Amino acid sequence: MPFIPHTPDDVDQMLKTLGVSRVDELFDEIPPALKIRELPASVPDALSEQAVTRLMRERAHGDAPGLCFLGAGAYDHFIPAAVWEIVTRGEFYSAYTPYQAEASQGTLQVIYEFQTMMAALTGLEVSNASLYDGASALAEAILMACRIQNQKGGGSAVLLPEALHPAYRRVVETVLEPQLIETETVPYDRKSGLLEPAWLEARLAHGGAGVLVLAQPNFFGLLDRVDTWTDHAHRLGMIVIALVNPTSLAILNPPGTWGDSGADIACGEGQPLGVPLSSGGPYFGFLTGRKSLVRQMPGRIVGRTRDRDGRPGFTLTLQAREQHIRRARAMSNICTNQGLLVTAATLYLSLLGPTGLARVARACHAQTRLLVESLTTLPGIRPCFPGTPFFHECPLVMDQPVRPFLEALSDQGLLGGYDLGSFSPELSKAWLPCVTEARSPEDIASYRSHLEALLESARQAPVRNPTPTH
Amino acid sequence: MTALIFEHSRPGRRAAGLAPEVEETIDDLPAVLLRTRAPFLPEVSELEVVRHYTRLSQQNFSIDTHFYPLGSCTMKYNPRAANRLAMLAGFLDAHPLAPARTRQGFLSCVFELQEMLKAATGMQAVVLNPMAGAQGEFAGMAMIRRYHRARGDEARSEVLVPDAAHGTNPASAVMSGFRVREIPTDRDGDVDMQALRAAVGPKTAGIMLTNPSTLGVFERRILEIAEVVHQAGGLLYYDGANLNAILGRVRPGDMQFDVLHLNLHKTFSTPHGGGGPGAAALGVGPRLEPYLPVPFVVRDAAGHLSWAEEDSRPETIGRLSAFMGNGGVLLRAYIYARLLGRSGMRRVSEYATLNANYLARRLEAAGFELAYPRRRASHECIVTLKREARELGVTAMDFAKRLLDYGMHAPTTYFPLLVPECLLIEPTETESPETLDAFVEAMTRIREEAGRDPDKVRQAPWTTPVRRLDDVRAARELDLVWRQEGGPDPV
Repeated sequence: MPFIPHTPDDVDQMLKTLGVSRVDELFDEIPPALKIRELPASVPDALSEQAVTRLMRERAHGDAPGLCFLGAGAYDHFIPAAVWEIVTRGEFYSAYTPYQAEASQGTLQVIYEFQTMMAALTGLEVSNASLYDGASALAEAILMACRIQNQKGGGSAVLLPEALHPAYRRVVETVLEPQLIETETVPYDRKSGLLEPAWLEARLAHGGAGVLVLAQPNFFGLLDRVDTWTDHAHRLGMIVIALVNPTSLAILNPPGTWGDSGADIACGEGQPLGVPLSSGGPYFGFLTGRKSLVRQMPGRIVGRTRDRDGRPGFTLTLQAREQHIRRARAMSNICTNQGLLVTAATLYLSLLGPTGLARVARACHAQTRLLVESLTTLPGIRPCFPGTPFFHECPLVMDQPVRPFLEALSDQGLLGGYDLGSFSPELSKAWLPCVTEARSPEDIASYRSHLEALLESARQAPVRNPTPTH
Repeated sequence: MTALIFEHSRPGRRAAGLAPEVEETIDDLPAVLLRTRAPFLPEVSELEVVRHYTRLSQQNFSIDTHFYPLGSCTMKYNPRAANRLAMLAGFLDAHPLAPARTRQGFLSCVFELQEMLKAATGMQAVVLNPMAGAQGEFAGMAMIRRYHRARGDEARSEVLVPDAAHGTNPASAVMSGFRVREIPTDRDGDVDMQALRAAVGPKTAGIMLTNPSTLGVFERRILEIAEVVHQAGGLLYYDGANLNAILGRVRPGDMQFDVLHLNLHKTFSTPHGGGGPGAAALGVGPRLEPYLPVPFVVRDAAGHLSWAEEDSRPETIGRLSAFMGNGGVLLRAYIYARLLGRSGMRRVSEYATLNANYLARRLEAAGFELAYPRRRASHECIVTLKREARELGVTAMDFAKRLLDYGMHAPTTYFPLLVPECLLIEPTETESPETLDAFVEAMTRIREEAGRDPDKVRQAPWTTPVRRLDDVRAARELDLVWRQEGGPDPV
């Protein structure tokens, strides 16, 4: 029997101890009408480990991932082998939340080191032990900012950029809706792709806004004047939330030093730091902030303290914020962090160090620039927002709808980027490619030649109609 | 404490061989956007990293190394096959936005898991997008809110939660826009029906229940509760934290629940990972089906699998994650479910219940007091150490810490809140009777020690990497981020 150690003798002895003749008798408090004899046949019979292995290999084999120039919130970086060799050690893999601190110093110290690294990357003073993913981290950051504004009687409106990941927007709306918190959208400037300055200035002058979310890079991969907007928002008593890409922070000005006083909270998707794409999860979200705001922070937090012999050690702290203590009055219902992924990120950042991470970030940028330069030599292709600085994604536009081309590329095993037509119909000729350090210059050349061939055949005969996307 | 990774750092030291092999220039980026000082990250060799984190791992108790009877957490063996097969390249390297037609293998696993869990829970539809149990609770309660509002029934602002419930239940209800009203439990661990009848009314949006409850007993009057709440116009939420006790034997749908979540990291044995990642299944009956969060996998007439998104689900409460939940965790749950099969699932509850009742009976025979001695245990049992606390001056926490010296992780302590000095003990089906006997032996010896030399127990643990930690100091003198003494600002 899979995973059950009991021999028939064991069972007999145990039943004797219990004074019952069959295990079924142990369920005699359950109303008989509720009991079923067996599950429906739609639950299949058991497979051996060998048979399951065959099945999963077949399925994985059919899902050839393809050459990935797709980003849009999940990034294909190289992950050193040591990361997951260590992460999947049973002592990390099969431990639980470190409630018994003395028996969990490994996990707790990893989290403390992680908190230190995330604080350093974002340039802020404190970090939590992670949240579910980047989108839920943004939602929790907004709830946190609203609690702070609520406490000090500040403005209540939340300003979200239009050039925000569409799924992040939907997660934020899902979480904020029951709290009756309203959001407003700051449009992007159709020329630069950045926050529309006139609109935002007028909105800020109008008053009543409490929270400003600055995405750097924004969903288009573009880099904004975050210093100016941070200072402007702070003059009006607003809380500034920085939504950032952690790889980019090896080279970009970190949120803690934006403008004169820095963003108040930073958050984002941690996946680029050693977590495989893995069909969308598990990833982790990070959340850092000013020390003065820590008591409004959601999620687990690890602190260093001393044991009864005076030696340093680690424990979960500030638990009075959390659901298992505060119940209905907790900061959040969150009951876990993403421990294993945080372990991966801590290993990844240790292996790369400040120099390695900066090299990865620079390589991503340089290769994206190379792709942009290379593809824009093709007829009809140009940057969507020429002249605007970008990190490792950059919107391009062609003179016809892009979706059939992206589908044809995918048929050839190449994921060419995110179809911006699904972001907004006005961008149906635009797409968002991404290049990381994991692609080679030959991969970029291959992208160009595939697209060139498709453009050529489209000139001779229109590309087939778009099939429905799935 | 092991030295921090930062303390191994030496300027200029590198883990070689990990640098990118391509051009790295950023001379086109405006200087104002750039960082002026490198982030404070360690500079260490690859061996130092591997050795450091291997050592840290050895400072953990885990299922793979220790008996881990943490009540309500279902710390069962996590099959290695599930991990290895979920990490096959075809799954691991797949971008979440890759077209569904190139992901039929992965989608078939998710779809089949949805179908199996429908059958195992008796619900009309199951989706797998919540990234943890608490997110499933939030989504379920948000759906209940949406349901009442869609009917113009906006007065339903109150959610009933038994006093023994997990803390996430009231917290999730509040996050979903409700007020919480607590319902007391009677002497034998069932919901107090008189209090329930008095509490329900036109404000009742629903009730959140765990069955078997967190008291380690089956709620016997569940059908009566369902009737009372439904007649008052409320809906029933099932917290599946304890499904391990009844898998393959009793289905929440048959108990008249309208919505539920299951913790796949409990019943379906995906790893707890030191506190995550989790994953939850969210199941609904017909009334809430339109409001399910997206995305989830659907199959068309031709057998083609795709993601149902907002365009085809206009009444959805929305999204919970940037992509499609914790896919890698779902694969592990799927593999486990295939290894168990139909009869294996039923065996889970059979042996989990056998183990818990055996442990309860043996502890009772050894002179420990059960919180609910007149009841069958479910898959877990509660011992109250109030007599030991009174007579010997050692608390449940002291027992918990001393168990660590005996090489066993402590059970859950001081939960549920209404049982004084309690240990909530969940052995799971994957432990042998010898392990259970060893636990009873350890408990018995600790009680003897407490009579003879109480400080040995009060000051435990003695053998762990650190002794008992000062939590008050941790909260008062916050040290959350390392800073080298006299060193530069880490920022």
